Parts: sequence; structure tokens; C-alpha cells
Amino acid sequence: MNGHQVPGCATLPGERLFAGLPQPCIPQPGIPMLATPVPAGFPSPAADFVEDRLSLDEHLIEHKEATFFVRVTGNSMTGFGIHDGDLLVVDRALHPADRSVVIAVVDGEFTVKQLCRIPTGVLLRANGNGHSDIFVGPDQELTVWGVVRWSIHSI
Amino acid sequence: MTLALVDGNNFYVSCERVFNPKLEGKPVVVLSNNDGCAVARSAEVKALGVKMGEPWFKMRDLAKKHGILALSSNYALYADMSNRMMTVLRQFSPDQEVYSIDECFLGLDGFQHLDLIEYGHAMRQRVRQWVGIPVCVGIAETKTLAKLANHCAKKNHAGKEGVCDLTRMTDTERSALFSNIGIREIWGVGPRLTEQLVGRGITNVEALRNSDAKTLRREFSVVLERTIAELNGIPCMDLEEVVPNKQQIMSSRSFGQYVYDLAPLQEAVACYIAIAAEKLRSQGSVAGMVQVYVRTNPHKADAPQYQRGLTVPLTEASDDTLLLTRAALWGLKKLYRPGYAYQKAGVALLNLSAAGAPQMDLFSTAKDNSRVMAVMDRINGMWGRGTLHSAAEGVRHDWHMKREKVSPGYTTRWDQLPLVT
Repeated sequence: MNGHQVPGCATLPGERLFAGLPQPCIPQPGIPMLATPVPAGFPSPAADFVEDRLSLDEHLIEHKEATFFVRVTGNSMTGFGIHDGDLLVVDRALHPADRSVVIAVVDGEFTVKQLCRIPTGVLLRANGNGHSDIFVGPDQELTVWGVVRWSIHSI
Repeated sequence: MTLALVDGNNFYVSCERVFNPKLEGKPVVVLSNNDGCAVARSAEVKALGVKMGEPWFKMRDLAKKHGILALSSNYALYADMSNRMMTVLRQFSPDQEVYSIDECFLGLDGFQHLDLIEYGHAMRQRVRQWVGIPVCVGIAETKTLAKLANHCAKKNHAGKEGVCDLTRMTDTERSALFSNIGIREIWGVGPRLTEQLVGRGITNVEALRNSDAKTLRREFSVVLERTIAELNGIPCMDLEEVVPNKQQIMSSRSFGQYVYDLAPLQEAVACYIAIAAEKLRSQGSVAGMVQVYVRTNPHKADAPQYQRGLTVPLTEASDDTLLLTRAALWGLKKLYRPGYAYQKAGVALLNLSAAGAPQMDLFSTAKDNSRVMAVMDRINGMWGRGTLHSAAEGVRHDWHMKREKVSPGYTTRWDQLPLVT
């Protein structure tokens, strides 16, 4: 009866959990569909073709140990499609390239900006309208905390 | 054998600084449970003379004067950062022994064709960049020497920029270096042994290295003989890649405030049993005895003092939280005396053996709760410890430890992520 039980569905927990079967109502990403025993009857024609279900973790995270999540506050980066309340996936293993969107430390605070190398130093660009751009001269220290890989925006 | 000891600098403080850059360059201490004593100090705090384990109330004046920032320990954060650091370091060697939350040994046999100093710098650089934690690297032929090399790297006695490779030194260079390091810095030489050895005129590492191991063994222990051999480059301790199962599991904590009644003590003991029993199951063991103890505050000499423990043997070894709780509460009831201000309680699970091969008892009436336990562990693993718990644990927990200055769960809680503007 558990043949096509979809993980994550709502079921009454008690009965199923205590039944000691593979846990159909506890979500376990990456478990192949149909991996649960198929009851007697005609064998599933798909059984030989099962593949791992797609995982967002796999898609969004390249370096597990170096990846951190941060939350955006404010609207300084809407021009880049980064909005108030968005979740950013930040990878510290990557080297910031020119025009990478990065998390930088400015006056002890985290800020998300576009890193632009210019002849006189580094420009941390916001929005694109030039309003909250931050210029970092060659004699000033700039800490790039990590490189932003993804912005996750709720619709 | 060639190996490295890699160790995080002021690990807890460094973890906090990764997510709170304002702490950079400032004197910071992290306090133990109940905000009692300093368990980690930044370099700035060490420079002010604050010792490890110093009680917070004793450094309050100093803290005010120098602006020392104090934080409660955020173990969820430190555990995650430790995990990241250890996994990154595993990229550098297939042989790793995680020795504590902030240090590990890496086997480097077969890596000798590399410039190990450069390799050490690569480790440092990668952990710093990927995880944000500064580390030091000590390289040598034995664990004891690698520890010492790490100490040298940290204190800038030898090596540079946080990497010290003793294998590159000639024996004369080592002698000169070791003559300047006190024996207290040697792994496994505690304060008492230091005192005894100093009494015999053995004050520095070089002197101990050249002492007669056999004589000292007779007088002290075989452990000291091994230490001397290790100081001379003869390995006596192997890398332990698989952590051996614990022989006993303890769980104890001081309360956030004094507890007088039996009921809150019962809750606390039930909670500690739950924590210990979960560890017991995760290593696949069962316990044959349960120990429970309570005590008042020994530092408050004017208050009536009471301290007692009791060991309760079980008819059948078990890993069942409910059964172990019952045994511990039975013991607690026997030793509880009213009229005292209790400051701490604890439990220990003893006589551990592998689960699955139980000694059958003729009169056994125990119900098999193993499936309930498995479900409980799985649910608590997914939705956090204590999501499912025994009723005996209670819900109010007024006795719970104080952590007033704890930082957010930056990497473990969705609602506490670092904010960026």
C-alpha cells in the first residue's frame, strides 16, 4: 500500500511511524521514488529505471563546508534582482572576480554589493543608480566575506 | 611517521567573529554554561592577563576598564563550524583523527615528497577562507611532538606564520628550541606532574627528553616513559581514526538558579538521562547501571552543604530512555533531602556493553521499547532535541542554565541568519 506514497504528504503520524516500515511521511530528499518495496502483483515496469530525485541542495551548493545562508534587509540591490527579505547563498570557497556580487564587511557590518575593480581602487556598487556605492581606496582594507551565488526570492 | 596537528586559534571566539566582524580586534571572552567562567579568550584578553577558567565575576572590573565583551557559549554554532573545519582538513589527508572540537591530527605519511611547510600553509589558507577560522599547524614525527610544534607555531617560538615543521630541524636546532620551552607545555604533563618534575630539576622539554625514561617510569608511570620516547621521535601513539565507543556516558549541568524541591530536580535528572540515553543509542550500546548525584554549592561555605550520589544497577542492560529515567528517579528519591539549595545534578550511564547481545533475565518483565526509541531519536534529529520527550522531563524548566549573552544560531536556525544590507 505504500507503493506511491509521496514523501512529505500529510498522514496520521502515529500508525505509520510505529509500523517500523520505511518512513513514508518523513521527507528524505534524494531517495529514489519507488524504492519502497512494491507489494505482490505485477512488478513495476519502471523499477529498473529509477533515478535520484532532483535536490535543490545539490543545485545551489557547490562547496558544502564553505556555503552559508544570509538574509537581505533593505533595497540597495533591487537593481540586481536582490530584494528585501531574500535569502542569499554565499560561497566562501570562490575567489571574487571583477563584477562578482559579494558580501563585504564595511565598518563591521555585512553588506551585499557588486565588486568592481576600477583604476583607483575598488567600487562596491549598489542598485546601479550610483546612490549608495561605496568606494574603497588602495590604502583602505576591504574584507570580502564571500561570493553570492544565488538569491532565493519568494513570489 | 609524519603527522600534523591542526588547531583552531581561540576557537569559540573565532567562530563568533566570523559572523560578527565587529568583534575583530576587540577583547572577547566566551563564558561557560551559566555564564560562569572564561572558556575561550581572544588574544587581546590573554594579553590582559585573564586566565583560562577565570570566573566572570572576578574579571568584571577589568572588563569594564578595557571593554571586554563577554558572550555565552553557543555550542550549536561551534559544533557546526567545527564540522566544517574538520571536513575541509580531510581534503588534505585521508588519515584524520578528530581529537577535540577544535583540533585534529592528520597523517602525512606518503606526503613527504611535498614541501610540508607549504602544505601546512595551504591548510591554513583554505580553512581561513572557506570557514573563516584561523588555525595553526604543527608538523613532526609523533603526536606529542606535533602538539609541541603546534604550540611553537602559535607562540611564534619557531616556524612562521602559524606553521612549524620540526622534521626540518637538525637535532642541535631542536635542542636549542626545546631548552626554552617549559615542561608544562608538553601534552600529557599536568600541573601536578610538572611540579614533581621541576622538583627534580627537570624544568624544560630538552631536560625531560634527555632524562632516563626507565628510572622515571619506575617513579611515575608508563605514560611518562611513553611521553619521553615520543619527545625523542619514537611514535608510541597511533592515529585513532575510529573513535572508540565511550565506556561511560555522563550528563550533568549546574542550574541557572538554586533548586530546593524534588520536582524540579526530577525534571532535570530526566532531561540529563534523555541526553545521555540518546548518545548511548547512537553508539549502539546498552547500560547496566545508572548513577545519579546531586550537590549544593561548595563555594558557599556558610550555606548547609549536601552532596550524594547513588548507583542503581539494572536487572537487564538497556538503552530505553523510559526505563533508565525510572531507575534514575528511583535513585534520586532515595538521596533527596529537603532543606538544601541544590546547585547541580548529574547522571552517568555505566557498565556499557554492545546492544543486541543482552544477557537474558529469567524474571524479565521489561517491555521492548526499542521501536519507540528509534522513532523518538529520528523525530528529535529532524525537529530538534526535546521535540518528543518523556513526561518526566516536564516543560517549564525554571532550573535551566543561564545563557544571557548567547549569539544567534547563524548556521542552524532559519530565523537567526546573519543579516546583510
